[in-house]
Amino acid sequence: MVQLTLPKNSQLVPGTVWPKPEGTNRLTEYRIYRWNPDDGKNPHVDTYYVDRDDCGPMVLDGLIYIKNKIDPTLTFRRSCREGICGSCAMNIDGTNTLACLKSMDDVTAKSVNIYPLPHMPVVKDLVPDLTQFYAQHASVEPWLHTKTPAPEKEWPQGRQDREKLDGLYECILCACCSTSCPSYWWNGDRYLGPAALLQAYRWLIDSRDEATGERLDDLEDPFRLYRCHTIMNCAKACPKGLNPAKAIAEIKKMMVARQF
Amino acid sequence: MSDMHGAARRPLSPHLQIYRPMLTMMMSIVHRITGVALYFGTFLLVVWLVAAASSPNAFATVNAVYGSWIGLIVLFGFSWAMLHHMLGGLRHFIWDMGHGFGPEARELMAKLTIGGSVALTVLLWVVIFAVKG
Repeated sequence: MVQLTLPKNSQLVPGTVWPKPEGTNRLTEYRIYRWNPDDGKNPHVDTYYVDRDDCGPMVLDGLIYIKNKIDPTLTFRRSCREGICGSCAMNIDGTNTLACLKSMDDVTAKSVNIYPLPHMPVVKDLVPDLTQFYAQHASVEPWLHTKTPAPEKEWPQGRQDREKLDGLYECILCACCSTSCPSYWWNGDRYLGPAALLQAYRWLIDSRDEATGERLDDLEDPFRLYRCHTIMNCAKACPKGLNPAKAIAEIKKMMVARQF
Repeated sequence: MSDMHGAARRPLSPHLQIYRPMLTMMMSIVHRITGVALYFGTFLLVVWLVAAASSPNAFATVNAVYGSWIGLIVLFGFSWAMLHHMLGGLRHFIWDMGHGFGPEARELMAKLTIGGSVALTVLLWVVIFAVKG
């Protein structure tokens, strides 16, 4: 359901301004969403100052600086720091992206404003609960379905058929796209969202897959597929440059095409 | 409350409050709003037709209201909503054909929809006033 405002327990209250590091003038201000499940308080936004002479260039470098040097309680996910694991997905400067791929110098606002991925239950600080997101991905059965007997070696695929998977297989399931989508905000319980649908399409057009009909049957639903209204936030947010909106449009085309 | 832990009291992260407005996202919202406005505009059309069918007096009254400056502003807005929604519909038609998803194409189509709807509305009213004299 559409609820434009935040529930009472989610509304922001004023936070702490942490002291500036001494002996430097090259400071970047960070404003970070904080919520601690153990103190019974509402979420708040804390202000930190990062010493740019003592820190790498990316937003993630700044977060690690804060955690190491100012406030060890700051909680966020990160792992590879090079855009391949998808752990550090968060809302930075108003859009969803990976903290490790976003340069502090590319931030347009005066401070680096960081929130968890939008419209998600918060576990702590910048860590959202992705349980449902992963369940939706699993629901499209993202693996090869076959009926014919398995060949002696591998399931072969020609070069041209393999190229159809380009722009789809690169998805790292960071959830930037799904949590940027207003349709997913309002109907995330029934609409699969851009990430799961891009994965669905990746298997629908795989030349080796033999369950295309069943896969389309599963998606043919007013909510699961058709809540996409081509708002395009997904395509703009994707840190890997993929286009879930286009993949969803291709699924809709397959739905029509199979009726003839 | 404070001794409750886990999922039950997890806050919802901010969404509309913090998301940077995107052109295509705004266009989607405007498409919705103009769609709702068309219901209202169609109601005005029905009132006009019913008045025409009932009596010359009623028809004259409705015409007088619609022809007043406030009536003309509402009709101007209705015509813009209709043209904007129509061009938005064409944009969706192009998308449904599988085109116009690229970063440049989707921005260009949004700008053309805005510019086109304003230009067509102004043109329409220039023609209306020219014909009416």
